[in-house]
Amino acid sequence: MKRYFGRKLLIYLLTFFLAVTIDWMIPRFMPGDPVSNMLTRTSVNSNAYEVMYDYYSHVFGLDVPVWQQYLNFWASLFRGDLGISTYLFPTPVTEVLLRAVPYDIALLVPAILVGWYAGNKFGAFAARSKWLDNTISPLGYILTATPYMWLGILLAWFLGIVVGIFPIAGAYSFSLAPSFSWKFIGSVLHHWFLPFVSLLLVEFGGWAIGMRNLIIYELEADYSKYLQSLGATNKLIRNYAFNNAVLPQITGLALKLGVIVAGALVTEVVFSYPGIGYLLLQAIQNQDYFLIQGCFLFIIIGVLLANFIIDILYIIVDPRTRRGMMGEAS
Amino acid sequence: MKRLSVVLSILVVVSMLFAACTTAPPEEPAVEEPAVEEPVEEPVEEPMEEPMEEPAADIPTEYPRNETLYVSGAAWGPASTWNPFQPGSLANTTGTIGYVYEFLYAFDPQTGELTPWLAEDGAWTDDFTFEVTLREGLTWSDGEALTAEDVAFTFELGNQYEALWFSPMWRYMESATAVSDTVVQFTFTDDPLYQEFSNNLYNIPIVPEHIWADKSEEDITVGANEEPVGSGAYMYLTNAEDRNVWVRNDAWWGQDVFGTPAPKYIVDIRTSSNSVALGMVLKGELDLSNNFLPGVAELAEKGYVSTYFEGPPYMLSANTAVLFLNTTQQPMDDAGFRKALAFAIDVPSIVNIAYAQLVAASNPTGLLPSLSDFSDQAVVDELGYSFDTEQAKQLLADAGYVDLDGDGFVEAPDGSTIELQVTCPNGWTDWMAAIDIIASSAQEAGINIQSSYPDYGAWNTELQGGTFNMTLNNWAAMSNTPWTLYNLLFRHPIQDQMQSGNFGRYDSQELFDLVDALARVPADDIEGMQAITSQIQELMLTEVPMIPLWYNGMWSQWSESTWTGWPDETSATPTLPTTWSGYWQLGGLLTLINLEPVAVE
Repeated sequence: MKRYFGRKLLIYLLTFFLAVTIDWMIPRFMPGDPVSNMLTRTSVNSNAYEVMYDYYSHVFGLDVPVWQQYLNFWASLFRGDLGISTYLFPTPVTEVLLRAVPYDIALLVPAILVGWYAGNKFGAFAARSKWLDNTISPLGYILTATPYMWLGILLAWFLGIVVGIFPIAGAYSFSLAPSFSWKFIGSVLHHWFLPFVSLLLVEFGGWAIGMRNLIIYELEADYSKYLQSLGATNKLIRNYAFNNAVLPQITGLALKLGVIVAGALVTEVVFSYPGIGYLLLQAIQNQDYFLIQGCFLFIIIGVLLANFIIDILYIIVDPRTRRGMMGEAS
Repeated sequence: MKRLSVVLSILVVVSMLFAACTTAPPEEPAVEEPAVEEPVEEPVEEPMEEPMEEPAADIPTEYPRNETLYVSGAAWGPASTWNPFQPGSLANTTGTIGYVYEFLYAFDPQTGELTPWLAEDGAWTDDFTFEVTLREGLTWSDGEALTAEDVAFTFELGNQYEALWFSPMWRYMESATAVSDTVVQFTFTDDPLYQEFSNNLYNIPIVPEHIWADKSEEDITVGANEEPVGSGAYMYLTNAEDRNVWVRNDAWWGQDVFGTPAPKYIVDIRTSSNSVALGMVLKGELDLSNNFLPGVAELAEKGYVSTYFEGPPYMLSANTAVLFLNTTQQPMDDAGFRKALAFAIDVPSIVNIAYAQLVAASNPTGLLPSLSDFSDQAVVDELGYSFDTEQAKQLLADAGYVDLDGDGFVEAPDGSTIELQVTCPNGWTDWMAAIDIIASSAQEAGINIQSSYPDYGAWNTELQGGTFNMTLNNWAAMSNTPWTLYNLLFRHPIQDQMQSGNFGRYDSQELFDLVDALARVPADDIEGMQAITSQIQELMLTEVPMIPLWYNGMWSQWSESTWTGWPDETSATPTLPTTWSGYWQLGGLLTLINLEPVAVE
């Protein structure tokens, strides 16, 4: 057991180191220059460009050799300092993330969890049930195959403009300032609903179809046939099938939760909802090394953490893994 | 033992999950509610935090619709700085300069005149001394008086810190001193750049000395300056990821001079896409949208939205889109080729198709309509160009460009093939459509040009490093002087990196001398300026170092459901209907003052 986790930990640390190094390198390989992008976004008739360029390069620590920038990067990372965003200068990256990511968490976590739970239940239920498979499964296919952008725009247009019962922009009414009142909380939920539902629909469709296919596969497996021939009830067989089929779904769920820090770009654009996805896109377009690094750092941590959790969860939910490990350890 | 460790690891995981849940409460993060207990523990170590928490009492929780103006189109990201000296990110807090911080002068692009703002009057007492008299009774929003000391202090900052954009002014300025409480005297060396100085008079935001004197260099040059204290008509109220809110300064000194702006609150909304802004205007949730909305012409015709002009181009012109040609490369180094290209480009299609009539074709001189006084019609009539494919073909043939291999495209006089690319940043859809038309119309005339859309960063690198063939650029802001445009077009000396102009590296000492001479003409000497600008235009139209194509519009469409009194072509004294950063002192603020609430039935 100890050896198992020790080895895992080592692999995780190594992966982290490599991934963060690549994370540091990639924005620097892109053509372009963050300081010059930042300065040219102003239209001041500036004769001071050269001086300002040097000044800001120094502010961002970009005036030292690349190897030194790399060392400085690790040094400040260990101090918990992710640098200052150039796109949202002079906001520290940590603050950009702290302000934007919660919006994504509020959207994505419930959408993914509810979608996962309902999708799996429904998929398992629908598999091999003729009439459901013929009616609702195609709906799932349509939902997952629909370009999400289009679905979102359709929802916003129909419920937001034609029927007009939902707002089309913002995290809460533009006429309100945050306060602890029912009105404000209601407004937050009202604005949250459409983006949430659009994500939920797509999540639900994806998980349901995945589960349906997995269950069918499991029902065809030898152990199911064997159970059947022993005269076990359908319910029992299905339960066994579900337990096996849910394993890859758990992996998928954990990975999805791991990349939440990447945000929900399309949702944010379509519903004009705040979040990190849009900012990350802007950061990439503006060569904002620090914001890109910061976002991906958390994505890396998220994915590694998700994997780690999966490793542990498998021990719990999959007796085969557990037994294999016990055997190995003893 | 093993069992125990399994249980333990499960516990760890579960507690981590719980931690994740509790540290990340959903819903509202960006704007910490002005909770009661917060001020107690807050002020320890967080100078960068949201300046939201202290005056919990008088922060309104709701902005009544009939007192609030909703605008969009300036901010494209969350607000990050309120430092009026900071370039770049200020667009996301449009109004920091204009609402909060004010200038000595304003500029009226419709009449071409500098109008006194904080200044009451200003005059050159001799060629090298400029004296400004401030108005009486100017105050900062914290109640302190705004005096000549503040003005002198502000200009002096540029002398102290060269990282401030206006510091180059001190190459020709000697001093800025407060002679009395209301009089500031600027003295100059014997070589003042009058044009730049006049431009700076309405672009340098005056800051309060009693607050800024204690700031460190870092705070002044790169600090975020949260809780800005200015002298202007509005004050900072709050901000969140998708909005900035400003509240009227009811003690504004200018109410007696200019009037009181009608909206008590201004909510500047960041929309993530233009179509969302359009939807909001149509729903009446947004009063003024300064987003570029393709197809708005049709909506204006049907009366869904209002625009400045009733017919094409619907929008005022804001800046000139110029096709820069890299004159260090063949065949763009040949004036004959450049001129032929100028005739080959189908500008009418750019206007009518790429922009659906929302822009106007540029005068060949590139000067905005507001600077038409400086465009020499005689020169334009004689040397100007317009779209004419046949003429382009003729000019190409005359200059020795003929199709040798029969592929439909001309070869250079030395027989080498011509394959060129015209670029603009990816995602700038209107420009992408425009360069497609540039490429296809040039191909019509026999010049092999393809369009290409690199990412912004890559485009910017090519632009400044001079590795492009031809590309679009519009970095000369609307201005009181044609020098602003020429400073972009003919920036010199030519260096490895051309960061703020003359990207095509057109090298002509004659032109450079003329631009330098123009910079030294006093800003009120219109005839002196005209004499030089017509020489510049003559050279420009003969040599065609770059090709001005069309005027980008000051995108602006509004709904009159809550506010009326918007400026349009019929207004007696039209102002600019825009909220873009840098336009408040060009009449944007006067627009707010002229607004009237729609009476509620």
